[in-house]
Amino acid sequence: MPSNPILEVSDLACERGEQRLFEDLSFAISSGELIRVQGENGKGKTTLLRTLCGFVQPVQGSVRWAGRDIHEWDDLFHSQMCYLGHANAIKDELSALENLQIGAGLTGVEVAETVALEALRRMGLRRREHLPVRVLSQGQRRRVALSRLLVGEAKLWILDEPLTALDVGAVELMQELIGEHLSKGGMAIFTTHQLLQVAGVEIRHLVLA
Amino acid sequence: MAINWFKYSAPSTFYGLAGKLIPFFVWPAVVLFGIGFYIGFFVAPTDAVQSEAYRIIFIHVPASILSMFIYLIMAGYAALGLIFKTRLSAMMASALAPTGALFAFISLWTGALWGKPMWGAWWVWDARLTSELILLFLYLGFIALQASIEDPRRADRASALLAIVGSVNVPIIYYSVQWWNTLHQGSTIKFSGTSMHIAMQQSMFIMLVACWLYAIAIALSRVRSIILERESNTQWVRELVELKGERV
Amino acid sequence: MNRLSLIDLLWLVIRRDMLLAMRRRADVLTTLIFFVMVASLFPLGVGPEADMLRKMAGGVLWVAALLASMLSLPRMFSADHVDGTLEQIMLAPQSLTVMVLGKIVAHWMLSGLPLVLIAPVLGLQFDMSAAAIWTLMLALLLGTPVLSMIGAVGAALTLGLRGGGVLVSLLVLPLTIPVLIFGTGAVEAVNSGLDAVSNLALLGAFLLFALVFSPFVAAQALRISME
Repeated sequence: MPSNPILEVSDLACERGEQRLFEDLSFAISSGELIRVQGENGKGKTTLLRTLCGFVQPVQGSVRWAGRDIHEWDDLFHSQMCYLGHANAIKDELSALENLQIGAGLTGVEVAETVALEALRRMGLRRREHLPVRVLSQGQRRRVALSRLLVGEAKLWILDEPLTALDVGAVELMQELIGEHLSKGGMAIFTTHQLLQVAGVEIRHLVLA
Repeated sequence: MAINWFKYSAPSTFYGLAGKLIPFFVWPAVVLFGIGFYIGFFVAPTDAVQSEAYRIIFIHVPASILSMFIYLIMAGYAALGLIFKTRLSAMMASALAPTGALFAFISLWTGALWGKPMWGAWWVWDARLTSELILLFLYLGFIALQASIEDPRRADRASALLAIVGSVNVPIIYYSVQWWNTLHQGSTIKFSGTSMHIAMQQSMFIMLVACWLYAIAIALSRVRSIILERESNTQWVRELVELKGERV
Repeated sequence: MNRLSLIDLLWLVIRRDMLLAMRRRADVLTTLIFFVMVASLFPLGVGPEADMLRKMAGGVLWVAALLASMLSLPRMFSADHVDGTLEQIMLAPQSLTVMVLGKIVAHWMLSGLPLVLIAPVLGLQFDMSAAAIWTLMLALLLGTPVLSMIGAVGAALTLGLRGGGVLVSLLVLPLTIPVLIFGTGAVEAVNSGLDAVSNLALLGAFLLFALVFSPFVAAQALRISME
């Protein structure tokens, strides 16, 4: 396996119901790159991201990671990627810390408590680590979800509207985190309706029309 | 002569083929139903034990047999669709389900009609009747699941999985019910003991063939409407609609 | 960074679901109360003659258990589906089948096991003999996990559908009939002075059969539903 795997998308076509969302979509992303998927509502941004994760079997074309179809080796691909969807994937009944540890555990990553606490503090949740998520605000919940990015060692981040419900400070923090991720050789694909800039990185735009 | 079978696995080509095939099944079915009824009602002698009422078996038995076979065929098509991702197989599975359910229902209905004079009750918890009832439930589950999923691709695949799980369970259910029945009831009336008159056999066989032909014809015509519905936004269906429009 | 082994993962899923249920106890209690209520309705419906009640106890308690376990089925995956956790679980590099097995075990511990434990109390309501009560408990112990397993397939297939709750019962109930037959068969065998071993052995066979196939099938069903 090459040390810097590339995600390659070729001739991808996806449908929702019987309706063709997009076709002949080809692009590649490699280490240090940042792609923003754009398009009006209903053009298939989320479907594209879900297809890249492997939830949706494309009607045509393929998604390849390090040269092999992602459906052929889910395990390697899935251990190197991290996906954050619209939903936060956190449980109201659990504390922020439990959410992070158990959530990461479900994706197969064991996270020590110190590491988890550090990630939560980095996300600005100091002194809220042990509170049930139920009492946190929407923005704080999003922060809990985003802190998962900090505890894994995923190379590829797939982020669906990561900035939803975040305040100005958190958006800046996110931009900083993405910048760090890219400089460490990571890559990211995201959608957003907000402004997102990363210092020193040119964002590539992928427009679904 | 080499026929390219894969050509006909495309819904658009199969639509035409099915249309041409239907008459070859419908007319023989009608004729055989006629002959079968005639032999069954006028030629076959009155049964010594069961008198005239036994004649209902000419419908009851073929319907029962078909209801069971159609479930297996349906599950087979569903499995093909799930494994090879052929959309036409999934469409065939959903086209067969209502016919199978209909035969299961007819089998229960005629069973009840036959049960009244034989056992003195409309419904008896006989092993075969009970299994047939459960089979009807399985059909209804398949149809209900398919009806409640809007995305046709998910509907096909989910109901296919259900049909496969169901078909694995059918023998288990059947033998459980049989065992349960022998535990609770001493005896049920069995046909196998009494010898059947040759005309009875003929009529039964002809009716069975007629039911098969009917089932195939109706499944083909139903699959045609499913194809049209699913492919309604494709070029060939639009052209077809325009053609029909001009003719009218 | 450590990766979790499959056993760790199985244990994690079970522990997590138990933890969630403990912080939201109402769900577990409703299933149990439903079971007790349905079972208590029968004597009110058919009359209090001890002889008749004793005769029908096995069947009534089994049917009540069947209905109670249907009640909790729609919840098996739906909460995780709604909040996005299911997507994360499906992205795990480990086997989804193992995760589903964990969910099934947790579901049984929260909805099946309580029924097994409370069954003796209901058995006394129906004036069952001690031997019959023991057999009923044993049969429920072997049979209720099968209900959770078959139910998992149904719950996965109907994930996120409108009216999924009723639909899942419609799909699953016919498939549970063998469990019902042999479960009540065991109790009846004891009542009529016979040995219940063959019934219990068959229930055990169903359990093994379901254990081998259902987590895998339910995992496939989840993949279909999540597309």
